[in-house]
Amino acid sequence: MALMIGIPCETAAGEKRVASVPEVVEKLIKLGFKVAVESGAGDAANCSDDAYRAAGAEIIAGATQLWASSDIVFKVAVPSSAEVGLMREGGVLIGFIWPAQNPELMQQLAAKKATVLAIDALPRMLSRAQKMDALTSQAGVAGYRAVIEAANVFGRYFNGQITAAGKVQPAKVFIAGAGVAGLAAIGTAAGLGAIVRANDTRAEVADQVKSLGGEFVKVEYEEEGGGGGGYAKVMSEGFQQAQREMYAKQAREVDIIITTALIPGKPAPRLITAEMVQSMKPGSVIVDMAAERGGNCELTEPGQAVVKHGVTIVGYTDLNSRLAKQSSTLYGTNLFRLTEELCKTKDGIINVNMEDDAIRGLTVIKDGAVTWPAPPIKMPAAKPAAAPVAAPAAKGHGASGAPASAGKTAAIFAAAALLFLLIGAYAPAAFLGHFTVFVLACFVGYMVVWNVTPALHTPLMSVTNAISSIIAIGALVQIAPPLAFGLDRPDAWIRWLAVVGVALTAVNMFGGFAVTRRMLSMFRK
Amino acid sequence: MSESLATVSYIGAIILFILSLGGLSNPESSRRGNLYGMIGMTIAVLATVFGPRVSMAGIPWIIGAMVVGGSIGLYAARKVQMTQMPELVAMMHSLVGLAACLVGFANYIDPIAALNLSSAEKAIHEIEVYLGILIGAVTFAGSLIAFGKLSGKIGGKPLLLPGRHFLNLIGLLVVIVFGWQFLHAETISAGMFALTVMTVIALLFGMHMVLAIGGADMPVVVSMLNSYSGWAAAATGFMLNNDLLIVTGALVGSSGAILSYIMCRAMNRNFISVIAGGFGSGGGKPAQKAEGDAQPAGEVVAISAADTAELLREAKSVIIVPGYGMAVAQAQHTVFEITQVLREKGVNVRFGIHPVAGRMPGHMNVLLAEAKVPYDIVMEMDEINADFPDTDVAIVIGANDIVNPAAQEVPDSPIAGMPVLEVWKAKTSIMMKRSMATGYAGVDNPLFYKENNRMLFGDAKKMLDEVLTALKA
Repeated sequence: MALMIGIPCETAAGEKRVASVPEVVEKLIKLGFKVAVESGAGDAANCSDDAYRAAGAEIIAGATQLWASSDIVFKVAVPSSAEVGLMREGGVLIGFIWPAQNPELMQQLAAKKATVLAIDALPRMLSRAQKMDALTSQAGVAGYRAVIEAANVFGRYFNGQITAAGKVQPAKVFIAGAGVAGLAAIGTAAGLGAIVRANDTRAEVADQVKSLGGEFVKVEYEEEGGGGGGYAKVMSEGFQQAQREMYAKQAREVDIIITTALIPGKPAPRLITAEMVQSMKPGSVIVDMAAERGGNCELTEPGQAVVKHGVTIVGYTDLNSRLAKQSSTLYGTNLFRLTEELCKTKDGIINVNMEDDAIRGLTVIKDGAVTWPAPPIKMPAAKPAAAPVAAPAAKGHGASGAPASAGKTAAIFAAAALLFLLIGAYAPAAFLGHFTVFVLACFVGYMVVWNVTPALHTPLMSVTNAISSIIAIGALVQIAPPLAFGLDRPDAWIRWLAVVGVALTAVNMFGGFAVTRRMLSMFRK
Repeated sequence: MSESLATVSYIGAIILFILSLGGLSNPESSRRGNLYGMIGMTIAVLATVFGPRVSMAGIPWIIGAMVVGGSIGLYAARKVQMTQMPELVAMMHSLVGLAACLVGFANYIDPIAALNLSSAEKAIHEIEVYLGILIGAVTFAGSLIAFGKLSGKIGGKPLLLPGRHFLNLIGLLVVIVFGWQFLHAETISAGMFALTVMTVIALLFGMHMVLAIGGADMPVVVSMLNSYSGWAAAATGFMLNNDLLIVTGALVGSSGAILSYIMCRAMNRNFISVIAGGFGSGGGKPAQKAEGDAQPAGEVVAISAADTAELLREAKSVIIVPGYGMAVAQAQHTVFEITQVLREKGVNVRFGIHPVAGRMPGHMNVLLAEAKVPYDIVMEMDEINADFPDTDVAIVIGANDIVNPAAQEVPDSPIAGMPVLEVWKAKTSIMMKRSMATGYAGVDNPLFYKENNRMLFGDAKKMLDEVLTALKA
């Protein structure tokens, strides 16, 4: 019996997102589910009821009706207690919950005997979980939007231009915190042509900053700031002092500051003081993406854009809703990926498999029992530093790697000496002449062939093939030697053997050179 | 033409042959190198035909044989597809081997050859005959089997007879025993018997040797047989007291030996273990099953042709890593068209070639050259490996083991230590494959599970055509 997924209208103030979009609804239905959408749920995100209907969803008017008929409810914002009241006993809820911040909500849900998967509780260090990581997808959208908001209130171009009217300096943007949102902001601002600088307490993100076209600004103080799970930790006093100095310097230089610094479970760190705001050029912009958690800037007013000391400080907390369609599409896809994990059988039934690390982490309430927080995941021990196994790459030709050990070399020389001694002792003089030629030719071949470029190895083989048809000489001299002696010679036999030999080698001789020629003529610049 | 004049001509031919091989050091000089080879060969043949050891009576025979053989050779050279080069080369090796055998037999029954020889010289001469035929027969039979395997007429799986090393050993002993009998044979017909038995054993040995070698080791086998055909020529030279043959044979022999060595090094295998056979499939299986348990460290993400085109369009630099799969699917022309479209857009497209990609040394280079890919964007592994971290997209077309990170990351992997192209260091790698099957080494490829890897499943030609259509749209 296929389960019904319900998508209600978001009721939180200013929330314009919706938990799924028509394109994703279609995929959910392919997984075997039925989908119901509350009438008007997608309006704010430009998804009409008709579009949902076309994707195969049922449109239900009224939240009460929808919650009552859904086995599983997809939500975006943390549900209100009124919404939980509507929820069916024993139902499933998937969305943002923030269990640490919302203990009453957790109790209420537990009382409903619900199963709740909090998308914010996803174990983000599992690479497999990335496709479900709504925090990342939403932060990326927000980072983009933050730059757009800054551009909106900033009075100049972002990119430098040489115009007929004179030269325009590019805008300088400083981004505090190079997490997902910060990186998205770096990429967007760099894409608009600004000079972008960024800082993060985690030194390892410097490369990522560079890869997006930003410049990494270091704090001149040695301390490692990774706090696990991709977040930063609180830093020492000495570090903070150095950091403040750096920020003060940047504030004087740049036109736009975008702050994204968050520490889990703590108020946002104060990075930009009132003095720093004062020191900025008039017309500068600060976008404080941490406004909801108190703000990284002292003067931020959450939810508003204000002008203080000539600097516009944008503290919007609804950056995602300001890009509702994009946020909803990505969020909907995250939830769809999660649903895929829950329904591996593709029959519209979900299985909350607590053995699965990702699902275990997500599940904060299972059938009414609170299962949050999840035990830490046993990460497979970091791969042993394995690279050193790689064979030392032999550079250049011939002289590959280190010279052989002295003992080995000595043994080879001794063996060669013995061999030569034996040959010298027993072989007749005529043979020795040929032997000398042979050994020298081997060395010449060795030297010459090492110079052949690997790209031409196939032509090398075909040309050596052609050359080895020199055996024809052997056959040629047997066909009809001048017979001065009255020897008893099986002429016919020899002639036929030799003629066949000549014919065979002629195949090689002509074929080999011709095919080599054909191949080489194809190599061109 | 006097004897001395012939000898001087031979020296000229030798120099030209050396210059011919030397010319291959870069594509510019290679065409001239090939020309030197042809001139050298013409001089050698003419000097022999008009030399003191061929009477006028032989000329019609020689012309007849040359015309027949030559036309077959030219026809084959014109008709052969570049993807079939390994087969053609293997076939030609077998002809050299067979010719060496025939010359050896003819020489043995020819009383002129042994005329005026002292007993020690006669013994040496007979050893030369015996060895020449032995090497020739092994080359002939081995190359025929290699030809069969490469052209798919014989399955690529190694044939592992029970006690095969033991069988080979018995073969060797029999060959030595009959060699003794051969040296002490009173009459030519008695010697003939020993010679025939040895030839049969050598043929069986040659077949057995190549049958026991797996598909992935084919580049080694082809270059090894190349080497053998050279040694066969050198042995014939000793037999005929002809320095031209000795030198040429030694050149070819050492060339093949070096190629075999390069191929072995590129697979991090030693020559003996390749010849001992059995790597191609099966051998490594049990070992990698165990490590398979630790495998799913990520998951396989598929990608569509349209998305691939999108990625390519966005990229600034792209490295294409072709493998045997590209040859099989005949996809090189589409690859070139994609390259052209991307280069017009200003994308830096290059090719990374692993020494053992394909079925013979340099196979991929020839295919790309055929498709008109300029050779200066076709790089060797050592040249390009350091550039992957700065590359946006690396596309692997029908290759597997040569891009397997297990070679560096899993110390107990059967391919551990094999130098590989580090495609996983690119921002995104795209693996074009028909399925999730393992490569010839039978080793699972952790690349599939890497976070930045995408799989484009399907026939290489078909998928690349789709990518091209999407790129042009």
